[in-house]
Amino acid sequence: MSDYNFAYLDEQTKRMIRRAILKGLAVPGYQVPFASREMPMPYGWGTGGVQVTAATLVPDDSLKVIDQGADDTTNAVSIRKFFERTAGVATTEETKKASVIQTRHRIPEADLSEDQILVYQVPIPEPLRFLEPREMETRKMHSLEEYGLMHVKLYEDISQHGDIATAYAYPVKVEDRYVMDPSPIPKFDNPKLEMAAIQLFGAGREQRIYALPPYTRVVSLDFEDYPFEATKANHPCDLCAAEDSYLDEVILDDAGSRMFVCSDTDYCRSRRAEGHVGRLGEEAA
Amino acid sequence: MGAEVKEQDMTPLLQVKALTKMYGPRIGCKDVSFDLYPGEVMGIVGESGSGKSTLLNAMAGHHAPDCGEVVFDTRADGPVDTCTMSEPARRMLGRTDWAFVHQHARDGLRMSVSAGGNIGERLMAVGGRHYGEIREQAADWLGRVEISDSRIDDRPSDFSGGMQQRLQIARNLVTGPRLVFMDEPTGGLDVSVQARLLDLLRSLVREMGLSAIIVTHDLAVVRLLADRLMVMKDGHVVESGLTDQVLDDPQHAYTQLLVSSVLQV
Repeated sequence: MSDYNFAYLDEQTKRMIRRAILKGLAVPGYQVPFASREMPMPYGWGTGGVQVTAATLVPDDSLKVIDQGADDTTNAVSIRKFFERTAGVATTEETKKASVIQTRHRIPEADLSEDQILVYQVPIPEPLRFLEPREMETRKMHSLEEYGLMHVKLYEDISQHGDIATAYAYPVKVEDRYVMDPSPIPKFDNPKLEMAAIQLFGAGREQRIYALPPYTRVVSLDFEDYPFEATKANHPCDLCAAEDSYLDEVILDDAGSRMFVCSDTDYCRSRRAEGHVGRLGEEAA
Repeated sequence: MGAEVKEQDMTPLLQVKALTKMYGPRIGCKDVSFDLYPGEVMGIVGESGSGKSTLLNAMAGHHAPDCGEVVFDTRADGPVDTCTMSEPARRMLGRTDWAFVHQHARDGLRMSVSAGGNIGERLMAVGGRHYGEIREQAADWLGRVEISDSRIDDRPSDFSGGMQQRLQIARNLVTGPRLVFMDEPTGGLDVSVQARLLDLLRSLVREMGLSAIIVTHDLAVVRLLADRLMVMKDGHVVESGLTDQVLDDPQHAYTQLLVSSVLQV
């Protein structure tokens, strides 16, 4: 612990990142460039989220890290250990007890409160990237609010698949101004982007930070005749019987049997503690 | 028909005044001035490197000219100098009242987006948010440029060169522009495809009452399409007038050379 500055990054770097975060909060949805540092993990493992978390943490914070909703997957475990070691902060797996939550690809099922911060790991912050490869051009499109191209992508979805097939990283418009990539969360989570907690997005390789202040209006893009729909697998959770949570499909054997379980492990565990039992809940417990 | 329109409305749609574009010490185009009236088609001919594409790009706002004015008669505010108007306004003009047809269809199309999406892009860019209506208009425009609407979900990369060029025209005309810039619209196409494309362009221009500025080195194209003609050499306009007049009775030595260079089959 004494070998590192608190939360790994030096104080000047944290100041620089905090300035970017504040600017991002002042202009919701705008991608603020920042001088992303090399982190002791590969790009794609959440270097952006880790830097944002490091700049946000204070010693009495309690940190929760999830990857695809789960607390016990590789990415979550290694980042949690990283901050246990370099910041010495308390860690928790309970959503309600955490003051800072770093997430990859999910928003927790439980409602977050005003004293919490949700930090996203973002691989590609530019929602227009695969439609317009030139960065100069996409920046100009953002500054001039030329977002027709985003709908071309949705049009292509409908013409090829019959409905909007984009299932994750579903583009949203923030406060009627910036079109934003909400990171690869399932579109099931999109309605939850309007929440009480502060949401910070960090993209390490792409060197961008953006943010949503509490209660910011976030609208998922759609067509009048093909409205946005938050979709999930049409099952209850097989462990806790929850009907309202986002599910992972787990293949059980070679004979085709499978189960659906909450991707948010903390949500599933707390429901089972309350006595909810799903189809396979008894066997697993 | 051009003459009738002119009598109704004497405000030029586009006034180009002393437009100059330099590339360092070299001349791109110098001191070009002309008026274009609604419904009129202007041809610009000249050899490679004579500054015709530079002129076209400067007029269309792709290059900032060094001096001069390009005054466009906008629907809302009347004549406005597009060189000094704000960039958002100019880009808005570029996808509503203006259209630009590139020589190479790949420059003007999104090759990874279906034909319908290509045509719909301008509609969505100006606020179209109803999938059914966008698709209906896309199918309608495919028909107007003689592409079967069974190809609406195919990508332009699966289309022939002539079809790509027709698709590019449909994509540009779908928002009902009033002025079309065309840079060698028939370049690189074989003669029979050229002929059909020219037929199509001529009927669209007449039907929609479009004004157009066509840059080409092909005198046959301007003979068919253009009401008036400008001949450029080394960045200067050396001769201008009615198309038939310039082609049948060329005054400038260079125009005479140009006209006599055309092979007679």
